[in-house]
Amino acid sequence: MPKFAAAARSALADTGLRRNLRGGIAAAREREAAAAAELGGWDDLREAGRAIRDAALLDLDAHLEELERAVTEAGGTVHWAADAAEACEIVTGLVRAAGADEVVKASSATTREIGLTAALARAGVTARETALADLAVQLGDDEPSHLLSPALHRDRAEIRELFRRTMPAAGPDLTDDPAGLAAAVRVHLRERFLRARVAVTGANFLVAETGTLVVLESEGNARMCLTLPGTLISVAGIDKVVPTWADMEVFLQLLPRSSSGDRMTPYVATSTGVTAGDGPRAFHLVLLDNGRTRALADEVGRTALRCIRCSACMNVCPVYERAGGRAYGPVYPGPIGAILTPQLRGVDSAADASLPYASTLCGACADVCPVKIDIPDVLVHLRGTVVESRRRRPVPPPELMLMRGLAWTMGDPRRYETALRRGTRWARLLSRGGRIRRLPGLLGKWTEARDLPAPPSESFRAWWTRRRP
Amino acid sequence: MTASGEGPGGGSRAEVLRRVREALGGARGTRPPVPRRYARRLTDDEAVNRADVLALFTERVADNRASVRHVSADELGTAVAAALWGREAKQIVVPADLPFGWLAELDGVRALADTPAVDVDTLAAVDGVVTGCAAAIAQTGTVVLDGGRAQGRRALTAVPAYHLCVVHADQIVGTVPEAVERLDPARPLTWISGPSATHGIEMVRVEGVHGPLHLEVLVVED
Ligand code: SF4
Repeated sequence: MPKFAAAARSALADTGLRRNLRGGIAAAREREAAAAAELGGWDDLREAGRAIRDAALLDLDAHLEELERAVTEAGGTVHWAADAAEACEIVTGLVRAAGADEVVKASSATTREIGLTAALARAGVTARETALADLAVQLGDDEPSHLLSPALHRDRAEIRELFRRTMPAAGPDLTDDPAGLAAAVRVHLRERFLRARVAVTGANFLVAETGTLVVLESEGNARMCLTLPGTLISVAGIDKVVPTWADMEVFLQLLPRSSSGDRMTPYVATSTGVTAGDGPRAFHLVLLDNGRTRALADEVGRTALRCIRCSACMNVCPVYERAGGRAYGPVYPGPIGAILTPQLRGVDSAADASLPYASTLCGACADVCPVKIDIPDVLVHLRGTVVESRRRRPVPPPELMLMRGLAWTMGDPRRYETALRRGTRWARLLSRGGRIRRLPGLLGKWTEARDLPAPPSESFRAWWTRRRP
Repeated sequence: MTASGEGPGGGSRAEVLRRVREALGGARGTRPPVPRRYARRLTDDEAVNRADVLALFTERVADNRASVRHVSADELGTAVAAALWGREAKQIVVPADLPFGWLAELDGVRALADTPAVDVDTLAAVDGVVTGCAAAIAQTGTVVLDGGRAQGRRALTAVPAYHLCVVHADQIVGTVPEAVERLDPARPLTWISGPSATHGIEMVRVEGVHGPLHLEVLVVED
């Protein structure tokens, strides 16, 4: 995975992508704002949402045990996975035990996080994405670019081409009318749904008190997954827990209005264990850590775990709107990705460590977040973590080198003036059209995400000395 | 791993819980109560009486791009039949315990009762499904099914392309909190707000992917 700035540079050069992103996002932003404004007392709801998520996280151990008890009593089975590999292993084992070589998949950010599709493929199992955009991403062998609309980087004409190429049933007369494309997906997946023996889904919420799985969706694919196959496997982060059923009255208002801007998402499906004569005969819940406890241990960083994955923050983010979701790497895009991914994965890799810098700290995300995550605050905190983790390395980070060097140079007026003169000469050699795209050596890091104006040919100090009589 | 740390499903139960406890630390003060200052009922601006609640429900169902009509109890049979004729339905499925009167006027439409359970191919082939509901929400234009009387199992309304849902006026509550309070999470719930839709292409809303492409609501005023 490339660093954010490198990935963003290619996205920025793609004008078609930027147009796709801008149109859709602006419309979504307006819908969300209207849906929030219509409901009087929006801020009271956000405050309740924040407090409930905090309460869930601060006694997470107790809530998880309560959840496990409730799911088990309702006829389900709970599995615990410390990391992605273990979660994939558990799911693969369950699919094998059910004797299936194909599964249908829905609501899948968490399964994407753990790389489940690839793991199943290695075991000879095909995983079919069932949401339209997820399917488009899968057929195009792509990375998703938005939480709610993962194929946002493709316009309707591209999606038509893709479907024509990859769907046997979609004839050459398939147009780029979105309704026609949706109908093609319905036909393409119908048989698969009717024959599927195993479904794998994510979860929007897990109610500890009652053991209830809550899934919000609009296409009807998750309802089919929850209902038709004999075995249902849901993979959910341990952060998805809310304490009580009554708490859902808050999130069933916050999430639809901040995500699609609907008063209510077209379908909300809840499922508690196994119901005789209705839906799956076996229900497995896989609870996933995969770095969440690392985030939980950080008092500032843990607020990111309040996230209910609504996608409002990416729709208001000026950096996201221009760079697109795929620059954030394979896990979670947008501002929430910039604070969640480095915490889940750690900041050892350059790519993950670059994410906290993928922001101008404008604060628009914090203003819309339905659970009041102060994203800029967490970003700044994580930048500190990144620099701190690099301080102990044999090669110090450029920021540290730079500051040490500056302290030495500026400590003496003569050294400083010599440096200025030399620096100016070098800088003008590097610049093109008055801008410097990349500083040499270690300083190059700082110019990854910004251009630098070339300095004037003479410094202020030199000019001042010269003009004095 | 010791046996004591393992749940029935196995895996890293003890390890995950240990990490959670370590992350949270030992002393955890008391939790401040959750502030619940948000509205639990409709405001006077939204509705002052029952008639307003019904009107709001009707308006919001229509906003969700579903069709909605009001009928009296003795018109219901005719209204159900008219809706199905309007869709040129020949064969439909219904829950085994759908009140007989709802289908009394059907002429030329075959209704398959889901007893014994209809297989998935039949579900995919029928022209629609008729059900009642457990509750409905005015503010969001939502109907909620819980598998109770006149609703059947979930697959009945997930697969066919057309869903006709009968709502009795006294089942309509004002807000989401009122509905959550009234519903039993131990039952499988399906909250339905309009037909199947997607934002998957250019983030424009388009109706109709996997679920019912058409939702029609009949409000029975007793
Ligand atoms: S951080 Fe907040 S705004 Fe962003 S996706 Fe999560 S809940 Fe939504």
